[in-house]
Amino acid sequence: MADTKEMKKALFGPIMDNNPIALQVLGICSALAITTKLETALVMSLALTSVVAFSNLFISLIRNQIPSSVRIIIQMTIIASLVIVVDQILKAYSYEISKQLSVFVGLIITNCIVMGRAEAYAMKSPPLMSFLDGIGNGLGYSFILVVIGTIKELFGFGTILGFEILPLVQNGGWYQGNGLLILPFSSFFLIGGMIWVIRTLRPEQVEPKE
Amino acid sequence: MEHYLSLFVRSIFVENMALSLFLGMCTFLAVSKKVKTAMGLGVAVIVVLGISVPVNQIIYVNILAPGALAWAGFPEADLSFLNFLTFIGVIAALVQILEMSLDKFFPALYNALGIFLPLITVNCAIFGGVAFAVQREYNLTESVVYGVGSGIGWAIAIVLLAAVREKLKYADMPDGVRGLGSVFMIAGLMALGFQSFTGIQL
Repeated sequence: MADTKEMKKALFGPIMDNNPIALQVLGICSALAITTKLETALVMSLALTSVVAFSNLFISLIRNQIPSSVRIIIQMTIIASLVIVVDQILKAYSYEISKQLSVFVGLIITNCIVMGRAEAYAMKSPPLMSFLDGIGNGLGYSFILVVIGTIKELFGFGTILGFEILPLVQNGGWYQGNGLLILPFSSFFLIGGMIWVIRTLRPEQVEPKE
Repeated sequence: MEHYLSLFVRSIFVENMALSLFLGMCTFLAVSKKVKTAMGLGVAVIVVLGISVPVNQIIYVNILAPGALAWAGFPEADLSFLNFLTFIGVIAALVQILEMSLDKFFPALYNALGIFLPLITVNCAIFGGVAFAVQREYNLTESVVYGVGSGIGWAIAIVLLAAVREKLKYADMPDGVRGLGSVFMIAGLMALGFQSFTGIQL
C-alpha cells in the first residue's frame, strides 16, 4: 500500500492547492457554458468526476502496454467509451437533465481535464493512485462549478436548485435579478475573481513577474 | 455562392467558436502568451478543423446515420450511438499525423506548442465543430466552408487575446490577479464585444 499521506495528497490536493481550473487551466469550456443553473452544474460535476476517475484507472492499468506513438488514440478510445456509457445512463434515468446538457455530455470527451490527467499522471502512476487523482481532480472541478452555479443562479434568477430564495420583482418580490449573470460569459469574470481569491489565500500560486 | 459566403462570415464572427460558444477555452487561455505561438496554434486549428469536419461529415452520412448502411444491405441499421467514438477517433488520428509532421519539419513550432499539441485532440473547438456540422445536417461543401470558417474565427480570437496580453505584460496588477486571473477578465470583456455580432444577418 502506498502511504496514506500520499494518497490524501492525490485526493485533496487538487481542490485548493492544485486546482484543475484555477491553476492548471484545464476543463474551462463546460465550466463557462453550463453553470447557469446549479442542478446542471451538479450533474455535470458528477459525470465528469466518474469519467476522470475511471479513465485514469483503466489507462494506468494498461500504461506499460501502450506504445507512445499511438497513445493519444488509445486514451481517447477509453475516454469516449466511458462517456458513451455515461450518456446512455443519463438518457435512461434523467432524460430532462440529459436534454439540458445536450452537447456538453459529449464534450466531456474533449474536456481537457480527462485527457490532461491521463497524459500527465495516469501514464506514469500505479492504478490506485491514478484513481484517487482522478477523483481529486473531479472534486476540484466540481468545487469551481458548484460555487459559480450557486452565484449565478442565486443572483441571476433568485433561486437555488429551483427553490425561490430571493423573490424577483417580476413575481411581486423585491429582488431585481442581475441580467449580466444570466449571460454565459459572466462566468469569465466570476472564475477570474475566484482565481484572485484562491491566490490571495495561497500566495505561492502567484505567477512571477516577467 | 451567397449562401456559402453567409455561412462563412457567420461561422467566423456571429458564432465565434471561442468567444460566443466558449469552445476550445483551455488552449485559448493557456497558449495566448505570445502572438507568434498563438498564430501557430491558430493555423494548426484551422487545418485540423478544415479537414476533420468534412471527413466526419462523410463518415456520418454514409455509415453512421440511421438507414445509411442501406448500400451494404442493412437498411435498418442505426449506428448513430457510435458517433462520439468515431469522431474522436478520426480527430485523434489527424492530430497524431500533424504532430509527427510538425516534429519532422517544424521542430521550433513543435517545441513551442509542447503539451498543447496532443491537447488539440481534446480541443473542444474541433469536436464541437464536428458535432455542430453533423447536428445541422450540412452537406459536404457546407461542412468544408463551416470547418475552415470556424477555424479562422478561433484563430482570430486567440491572436487578438495574445496581442492584448502582450500589451498588458508591463501593467502593474495586484498579485493575485496577475496572469490567469487577468486573462479570464480580458476574455470576458472580449466576449462582451463579440456579443454585439449576435443577430447580424447577411
